[in-house]
Amino acid sequence: MKRILKTTTYVLAGAALTFGFLSFKDDPIKDYSKIPVVGQSVAELTAPPFVPKPVGNRAATKLIVNMEIKEQEGEMADGVKYTYWTFGGTVPGSFIRTRVGDEVEFHLKNHPDNKLPHNIDLHAVTGQGGGAASSLVAPGHEKTFSFKVINPGLYVYHCATAPVGMHIANGMYGLILVEPEGGLPPVDKEYYIMQGDFYTKGAYGEEGSQPFDMDKAIKEQPDYVVFNGKVGALTGANAITAKVGETVRLFVGNGGPNLVSSFHVIGEVFDKIYLEGGEKINENVQTTLIPAGGSAIAEFKVDVNGTFILVDHSIFRAFNKGALGMLKVEGPENKTIYSGVIKEETYNPESRNVEKVKDEKTAAPTKPASVKNTQTAPAKPAPAKTAKSAPAKPSAQNLRTESTPLKPAPHLQTQTASNLQAKIAAGKNVFSKTCFACHQSEGQGIPNAFPPLAKSDFLNNNPKKAINAVIHGLSGDLTVNGKKYNSVMTPQNLTDEEIANVLTYVYHSWGNSKKVITASMVKNERKNKPVSVASAH
Amino acid sequence: MNPYLFVAQKKYLLLLTLLVATINVRAQDSTMAYIKEGSYIPLYGNADKPPITVSSFYIDKYPVTNAQFLEFVKKHPEYSKSELKGIYAEKNYLYYWLGNYDYGSQKGNAPVTNVSWFAAKCYCECQGKRLPTMDEWEYIAMADEYSVDARTKEEFNKFILSWYEKPQTFLNQVGSTYKNKWGVFDMHGLVWEWTFDFNSIFLSGESRKDKDTDKLLFCGSGSVNASDLMDYAAFMRFAFRGSLKANFTTRNLGFRCAKNLSPGRLTVNSQAK
Repeated sequence: MKRILKTTTYVLAGAALTFGFLSFKDDPIKDYSKIPVVGQSVAELTAPPFVPKPVGNRAATKLIVNMEIKEQEGEMADGVKYTYWTFGGTVPGSFIRTRVGDEVEFHLKNHPDNKLPHNIDLHAVTGQGGGAASSLVAPGHEKTFSFKVINPGLYVYHCATAPVGMHIANGMYGLILVEPEGGLPPVDKEYYIMQGDFYTKGAYGEEGSQPFDMDKAIKEQPDYVVFNGKVGALTGANAITAKVGETVRLFVGNGGPNLVSSFHVIGEVFDKIYLEGGEKINENVQTTLIPAGGSAIAEFKVDVNGTFILVDHSIFRAFNKGALGMLKVEGPENKTIYSGVIKEETYNPESRNVEKVKDEKTAAPTKPASVKNTQTAPAKPAPAKTAKSAPAKPSAQNLRTESTPLKPAPHLQTQTASNLQAKIAAGKNVFSKTCFACHQSEGQGIPNAFPPLAKSDFLNNNPKKAINAVIHGLSGDLTVNGKKYNSVMTPQNLTDEEIANVLTYVYHSWGNSKKVITASMVKNERKNKPVSVASAH
Repeated sequence: MNPYLFVAQKKYLLLLTLLVATINVRAQDSTMAYIKEGSYIPLYGNADKPPITVSSFYIDKYPVTNAQFLEFVKKHPEYSKSELKGIYAEKNYLYYWLGNYDYGSQKGNAPVTNVSWFAAKCYCECQGKRLPTMDEWEYIAMADEYSVDARTKEEFNKFILSWYEKPQTFLNQVGSTYKNKWGVFDMHGLVWEWTFDFNSIFLSGESRKDKDTDKLLFCGSGSVNASDLMDYAAFMRFAFRGSLKANFTTRNLGFRCAKNLSPGRLTVNSQAK
């Protein structure tokens, strides 16, 4: 027994030695603090979504970073003004790119017109407060401190001045990349994306100057969850781009202050994820979790063309709070990887009476059976009559419609109606918040999914049905400009005035008929029942 | 000459003199408000310590204006833009003034800013006044239009916080915000203000560190010490003061003066008991 124990001890000790020796051999230099620096240079800083050029093979150096803090008004969404506090004039702040072993001399400058002191905590810093303790700077002042980056990875930086949460909530965060020796493997495209949650006094989309709301921030109930500081920072003309066959690398951060992000690109699989921005790589990932105050590096080759939507897959944030971006990939289709629509045909479950279906087909061969069925269903008591006979008990939707026109003073209403330009401008705002995600910035729609609004025969021939569709929604087969669509538009929770404005905007854009829709037309149409699709033809 | 008229004139003159004298007496009072003694628990206080007592004093109703400061530098050229010694103010001193005796296109009745603590202190002393202590300033600043302590009112805190989001309020004239219960204007919403002991509460640059030190205020974890967790508006003030040194000047920082009830005693007016 004693001998066995002794032997075991020897074996264990031997194993420990061997492993210890091996691991030492594998990583000859893990102590990056000993890397000497060569020369000095001024760091290139970039505004999102761009990143400075890769470090490549360069030696560690003394790198001078000049960062200016600016408190400035910006737009959270069209017509929604917000005072951001920024590193370098953007949200997120300027991207800083270093390599391991660099000695960073950081100059933090607080613009003289600013009201508040600020500082910076860089998660890449090994030292008290991540630099915050050395960098508190009054307006009109500049503080300098320096640090050596000794851990490769992608790190968040942020302001840590009291009250910390408010400084972060107002946009004071960004990313600093520490590349490994020899740099990250080269790719074709690199972009910088950072999510943040915002808390405004008014609800999502409420126009005007919106102050920060501390109560909502404490309750963690943001009105906006966005990429790169505002709704639409990465959509439409601001979309990031790539060509088929290229490899894209996204440096993704999450500033918070509160929410954790489920980062996902619709229609793509991440070939590689540097988990939490560190060294460990996971492959073939659909959605990666990015903690508040954390990051991830996502890499993928784009194999097919199309528009790929970047979202926080906590999905209401994407479609109702703004967490939506776009990657537009140009190039040839690849039918092997993605075919697109091959064919479309009528579907009848087997349980149905085959004979009956045959009869119906003979009677009306051009119309799909399912649609005909809804159409011929016995008419229920018309909602219009109910509304008329019992006006004291309006439904929730009617209540909203009826109470809305009472609010604005009469002179205001006529003013709105009389000024067509203002009406169109207001409509454009509604469009970019409500319709844009599906119907797209130029009303072009998305082929095979969402019908176009540009030069749309459906719109121009059926103004009443267009109004009805916005109020009640629309689903089923629909032909627009000779192409068939079959998807669902949900009822839109908008006021009469908003619907009138947005439709007027649509009718005055992209080659449409310049029709003016008024709030009273919308009000009238609310009384009518939802349009059945077949009759919309 | 009509003797009757002469008497009348003399009488009139007397009346006039009397009137002017009255105005003079009142004039001195009318620029300052009387603040009655009281006690309060400041932001950085806690349940273990008794409230701070503030003795009665006078405070300027308005922050000092460009025009008033111009009068001062005319009498004291050593405090003019180009003459002030470097140790008393950094180079941004009165940077928006065009010359030693010219505040340019700024409003004369807008608050003077970009003045150092040294300059502000001297200005007050030259008027027979002094800078208010931080406790005095905070004591007055608790008041809104209707009550002397409005700190728990949501709207009041929102108003204070909203100022942080309004650009360039230093261009506005004094008296443009609100008059509080004490009759004092612009305690919030116009500019920051120097206090005599602005750096007596030490706020370290790193706002979240060490709860175990005897430092009174630091913020993330400092909220442990704060008497009112929701008083973020005050956090900002203390953070701002913590970032200052006496020679600093910033565009959003002005001042006003205080005065003791019995003149001549320039002692600090409040003490924790």
